[in-house]
Amino acid sequence: MLRALGAPDVDALFADIPAKVRVKGLPLPRGLSEAEVAAAVTGILRANRVGEDLPTFLGAGLYDHYVPAAVRAIVSRSEFYTAYTPYQAELSQGVLQALFEYQSLICELTGMDAANTSMYDGSTALGEAALMAARITGKREVVVPRAMHWERRQVLQNYARGPKLRIRDVPFDPRTGKLDLAALRSAVGDDTAAVYLENPNFFGVFDDQVDEVRRIAPTLLVVGANPLSLAIARAPGDYGADIVIAEGQPLGNPIAFGGPLLGVFACREEYIRKMPGRVIGMTQDADGRRAFCMTMQSREQHIRRERAMSNICTNETLLSVASAAYLAVLGGNGLRRVAEENVRRARDLAKRIALVPGFRAPAFPEDHFNEFVVGSERPYAAVHEALLRTGVHGGLSLEPHFPELGHAALFATTEVHRQEDGDRLVRALEGVA
Amino acid sequence: MTYRQAVWDEPLLFEKRSEPAAPPSEGLVPRALERPSLDLPNLREWEVVRHFTRLSEMSFGIDSGFYPLGSCTMKYNPKLNEELAALPQVKRAHPYQDPSSVQGCLRILYELQGMLATIGGMDAVTLQPAAGAQGEFTGLLLADAYHRDRGETRDEVLLPDTAHGTNFASAGMLGFKVVEMPSREGQVDLAALRKAAGQRTLALMLTNPNTLGIFESRVLEIADIVHGAGGLLYYDGANFNAILGKTNPGAMGFDIVHFNLHKTFTTPHGGGGPGVGPVGVRALLEPYLPVPQVVRTGDRYALDYDRPKSIGKVRAWYGSFGLLVRAYAYILAQGGDGLERVSERAVLNANYLMKRLSPHLEVPYAGLRKHEFVASGARLKERGLRTLDLAKRLMDYGFHPPTVYFPHLIDEAFMPEPTETESKETLDAFADAVAAILAEDPEVVRTAPHNTSVSRVDEVRAAREPILSWRMLRNRKGVG
Repeated sequence: MLRALGAPDVDALFADIPAKVRVKGLPLPRGLSEAEVAAAVTGILRANRVGEDLPTFLGAGLYDHYVPAAVRAIVSRSEFYTAYTPYQAELSQGVLQALFEYQSLICELTGMDAANTSMYDGSTALGEAALMAARITGKREVVVPRAMHWERRQVLQNYARGPKLRIRDVPFDPRTGKLDLAALRSAVGDDTAAVYLENPNFFGVFDDQVDEVRRIAPTLLVVGANPLSLAIARAPGDYGADIVIAEGQPLGNPIAFGGPLLGVFACREEYIRKMPGRVIGMTQDADGRRAFCMTMQSREQHIRRERAMSNICTNETLLSVASAAYLAVLGGNGLRRVAEENVRRARDLAKRIALVPGFRAPAFPEDHFNEFVVGSERPYAAVHEALLRTGVHGGLSLEPHFPELGHAALFATTEVHRQEDGDRLVRALEGVA
Repeated sequence: MTYRQAVWDEPLLFEKRSEPAAPPSEGLVPRALERPSLDLPNLREWEVVRHFTRLSEMSFGIDSGFYPLGSCTMKYNPKLNEELAALPQVKRAHPYQDPSSVQGCLRILYELQGMLATIGGMDAVTLQPAAGAQGEFTGLLLADAYHRDRGETRDEVLLPDTAHGTNFASAGMLGFKVVEMPSREGQVDLAALRKAAGQRTLALMLTNPNTLGIFESRVLEIADIVHGAGGLLYYDGANFNAILGKTNPGAMGFDIVHFNLHKTFTTPHGGGGPGVGPVGVRALLEPYLPVPQVVRTGDRYALDYDRPKSIGKVRAWYGSFGLLVRAYAYILAQGGDGLERVSERAVLNANYLMKRLSPHLEVPYAGLRKHEFVASGARLKERGLRTLDLAKRLMDYGFHPPTVYFPHLIDEAFMPEPTETESKETLDAFADAVAAILAEDPEVVRTAPHNTSVSRVDEVRAAREPILSWRMLRNRKGVG
């Protein structure tokens, strides 16, 4: 090949890089064989304690659910996972149809008409929803609940930078954990682009004031939901949401130490041309057969450039396919069973914790999905350490971000916890008290 | 080379016969929030597996064949890395676990920060951004924070006309003004740059080698001009596959760089994502990196949130660990020596393919290319054809077409990037296919593809009357 190029050696192909910027190789260790890499990486990861080795009651947006083997088998098809973005529709009908199915399943769950193929995660989906609401309404303020994930709030703040959106926080009712409606009424105004409601909220509480919130929100209503909860809870579209966002991880994707994640993004049909991200549409081929392709690309960065709806290009497609597979394998009935089981287990666990002296659970007396706040008489850090020593990982301390709750932590449970995991947690808490 | 893709008339999941919905349990959700019905299909597991298997057979990945998408670096993804990412210690680790229980994850993140800093010639790295475009978004936030901290407000981002669309969009999304600069002989025009750079210059974003595959040989002068105006230099790492071990953004004078781990570092592209876009910076920008950074104290790894000048968060948690562990394994496997061979082979393949194609397609601008090149299909017009037709016809030969119609400054652009994981035989077969297509009956080419699961797709119709879901399809039909 070098001969064909008339080059004496491979270095001649780098002659266009000026000597002043050349470096001499990479000061990294020499390469390893496959067996050596496997041994090295598994060896390092052995320092982790996860799953059954350390029963963990963390949630806060990411949940350890059981993923059926069929879902893994589907996304392990290399035609899916080693493909690029389906720019060439004729060669990529399978990926395109799988994504159209994903969009369709998300629309049924959320009660929206259209969904994009993904945003990076739930937090950037919220950021994009705020930008979209501002585009639609021309207004500059987004009203959000105080009871939301602080990382999501920080991401929203960075996304709001460009159009200089203001973010207004609405407190929660200290008795119920739900949105304080009186405060919401005074927070909205002429410049409100959207009201953002979470359901279940960050404390795991189902907020049933949805119709009131819809009446109060003067413009768009953006709802953030745990998508699994929508198997049993009203579709946000049913109570007037305009945009629905979610962290899609619970639908068939692993936690994986926080990523990759799946930003679910869906909206009403009237807003589709203002929607960010890639979308798949149904159309026909030259012979009149049903076909799929990426569509409305004039909204996107490679066409519209600095006036694009978003800068997103690479997204989380494979996780969308996994979610479509998860929803299809479970079916509506299976999904409902998982969601119901999560509620029952959380109720059961909260009841058992409530019996341990020194703890209150759930700290808010309302209906929850699969997590709840536990109040503690002692500072939670001490409880956390004591639990770890007995080989169980408690919930997430809320003290740094919600000091008004006193000593408190957020506990989650799912169908992956075994009876003995819950027993171990309760025994360990008894030991603390 | 002949190719026949599977053709299945596979209905939508919603169109299959479904078991009836089971009645919901009562009393689990507040009454005002009870869901009356859930209209998701109820199918057997084997039906679902067969459905998606058929769909996969109507798709094309790097494991299927040659995939020379320019600027996308579609190289082989080592299988070991899939196994490693599927370990329970990866999949089930929760980011809020006590650091003492996730030392394995934290060590990999810490070491990968260091490896990427070395590769990029940078001082510090954040692994958090979710993709290249988010790396750009993060990098511009960092540049903005840096200037503000020095009491300066700068709002212009300089971009050459060869830049990726995401560069423009990232700047636009943050409310900055884009100043586009024309190229000269396929490189940044220094006179235009001198005119554009000034007190309002926040940063220049540059891809080097640029999207024509040409190395910007006057990059140090470019850096001097931008730095002289008080601006920063941002390196778009989409084309990093060309320079490993030969040069690096630090040596070229850049201050900020994003890496596309789903390109150069083989994390599979997943049909459109997930990607990962870590960002490296010089020491002067380190205080502004997103929280947390992964740090080491003695032999323990920890998360450092105590960073008062940080820009905060651009996504939740610490980055896409499931992909970062794959890139880490890839770098271990290649080593410093192997990575340098990667770029040598990628550049050799690109220049060889350019040589093989140049009798058939015009290649504007003389000289060497790095990992990719851009040809023009303008001459096809004489036969009533376009680059698009050539691209579609290549599918019938079993090749994924290259990137087309980008960069915009080349008429009828045709942009192959072969990568290092292709043989001479494949490159020859691809060049022969292009030659054969140009000699074919134009009608056969214009109506291509013929061997894929569908014929030419009507994208205009899709955009004019969007049907984006089963629900919209049902409403359109006026049923249900």
